[in-house]
Amino acid sequence: MAGLTSLRNDTSLWRGGRKPRLRAGRGTILVVSAAYFAVPLIASVVYTVDDPVKGFTLSAYTEILSADGFLSALLLSLELATATIAVMLLLLVPAAIAVRLGGPRLRAVVEVVCSLPLVVPAIALAAGLTTVLKWGPEYLARTPFYQTIVALQNPNFPIVLTLAYVVMALPLAYRALDAGLRTLDVATLMEAAQNNGAGLIRAVTSVILPNLRAALLNATFLTLALVLGEFTVASILGFQPFAVWIVNGSNGAQGSVTIAVSVLSLLLTWGLLLMLSTGGGRRPTHEPRPTSGPHNEKEGTT
Amino acid sequence: MSTSAATTAPPAAATAQETSATVEFRQVRRAFGAAVALDGLDLAVRPGELLALLGPSGCGKTTALRMLAGFETPDFGDVMVDGEDVTAVPAHRRDAGMVFQSYSLFPHLSAADNVAFGLRMRKIGVAERRARAAELLELVGLPQHGDRYPHQLSGGQQQRIALARALALRPRVLLLDEPLSALDAKVRLTLREEIRRLQRELAITTLFVTHDQEEALSMADRVAVMHAGRLEQCAEPAELYAHPATAFVAEFVGTMNRIPGRTGDDGSVVEVLGRRLPVDGPQAAPHREVEVLVRPEAVELLADEEGKARVTGTMFLGALTRITVRLADGTVVKADMTTHAAATFPAGAAVTVGLPDHPVLIDERRA
Repeated sequence: MAGLTSLRNDTSLWRGGRKPRLRAGRGTILVVSAAYFAVPLIASVVYTVDDPVKGFTLSAYTEILSADGFLSALLLSLELATATIAVMLLLLVPAAIAVRLGGPRLRAVVEVVCSLPLVVPAIALAAGLTTVLKWGPEYLARTPFYQTIVALQNPNFPIVLTLAYVVMALPLAYRALDAGLRTLDVATLMEAAQNNGAGLIRAVTSVILPNLRAALLNATFLTLALVLGEFTVASILGFQPFAVWIVNGSNGAQGSVTIAVSVLSLLLTWGLLLMLSTGGGRRPTHEPRPTSGPHNEKEGTT
Repeated sequence: MSTSAATTAPPAAATAQETSATVEFRQVRRAFGAAVALDGLDLAVRPGELLALLGPSGCGKTTALRMLAGFETPDFGDVMVDGEDVTAVPAHRRDAGMVFQSYSLFPHLSAADNVAFGLRMRKIGVAERRARAAELLELVGLPQHGDRYPHQLSGGQQQRIALARALALRPRVLLLDEPLSALDAKVRLTLREEIRRLQRELAITTLFVTHDQEEALSMADRVAVMHAGRLEQCAEPAELYAHPATAFVAEFVGTMNRIPGRTGDDGSVVEVLGRRLPVDGPQAAPHREVEVLVRPEAVELLADEEGKARVTGTMFLGALTRITVRLADGTVVKADMTTHAAATFPAGAAVTVGLPDHPVLIDERRA
């Protein structure tokens, strides 16, 4: 409880002489960084709604919504994101936990493997995939694997993109997950759970995963943002998810429509992230409660 | 050193002991690569007793405890609870409550939910879970802390909750893996008494791993001293202190002087400081250079201007003072005496060192 006491002392200190200066410093930083992000955004929004002839108009936005392929591209991107997140978490979470429990030496290997995609440019990945997809049908034409190759490239749901995105999201997701795992003593918590009658799977689902919620959400956010914004691989492989549609679909359109699409995609990503974070819920537990004073202070008095 | 814990048994324990479990390690061996953690451990724990596993780090005491919890499997040998071999039983069905060295409460659960976790795993109803958790929180003296989360509790409180959690499933055996080592000295003392009180009240067979000899001697009914994966001696604290079976136990438990001596004609006597004393415990060959092991409180000092030993320092310990003396041959001997008597031995004083007429332990001479 000493922590709480010192925290309280600290806050009283904030309220003293140091506060105004600190507040001014913080305010400046807030204003500068807010301006850095907000000015281009506001300028974009103003550009899209302010027509030099007609004045204020939302026509740029209504045009997009009625544009060909907008909805299907957006849906495809969301489906791809969902599949990518699912595959990535199913692959990475058990691996990260297993490595913590069973093979601390393997941790370095897993870390390197998960970081490798960082050094492979998306263009190289796309080129590699193209080669495989071209080579595959020729050699597999008479085998049942031919259908696999076809299914991989189904334009309604290109599995190959999910596979590529899982690889590309690996470094981001791994870091997020690893940061969460670092805050836990996984081995001891697992043993404590098992000691309390939980089998291996139950121990993971009822003790480790709930404590990793923030990390899992982070990994999900990053993957979602990556999939929604990915252009290179999808474009080279000839599919039309949202990012590709933004570029191709708005090619012939007016400048204001192009910008409107960007603004929309930004808002969309933010909206989805917000939905995820509220859906994921906040931990109700982390604010120290101002309850029963004396018990806070003293150890073992009762 | 207090040994009262071992000698007074509460009446409640006597009746409950009939239902308590026995634990037995039989020839248990476990190696991690080239390192042998347990090298044929034989140890029996009596029903309802608190047995401390004491030893330096790496002696295998924690491995033994983890084996009983089901977190390690023996390469060879049996671990028995109530006469049944439990080596094949997985950890979550072991029926052994454990308190860990590091804080092991589940961070996302309140204290009450932590305590009730095991009951939830056993699919026991919410009402019963709550009632049992409240009862256990009461038992460990934290009834108002049920809705606190681990990060809102101090280290001592966390370990109390961990103790309550370990007891929630009414385990047959309680395992304590250095539960006090992360706490500060004062909390450690309170919690020590608390654990002992609870253990007696519940008459639960308990294994307590520690490297702190004072903790072991003051809490346990019996202390098992381990060294290099083997049991050196298992005895009541007073017996362990007064009659250590081996030189290792003698030196590990309490402070021990090593004074050069020489065995006599038949090895059953030893000449030391100009006296002939009978040898206690294992004997050495005749006419061998050995070292005689003597506790500081057994060493007698006599102020003597002709004496060849010199006082080199004193250390105030409260009621007692420990005086360090250098013998003529350079051997350093420590002697404990009442602080009042120690005033007559200032640093630099010439003294004669004497020993009482009791049998003494001997050990091979170290280079």
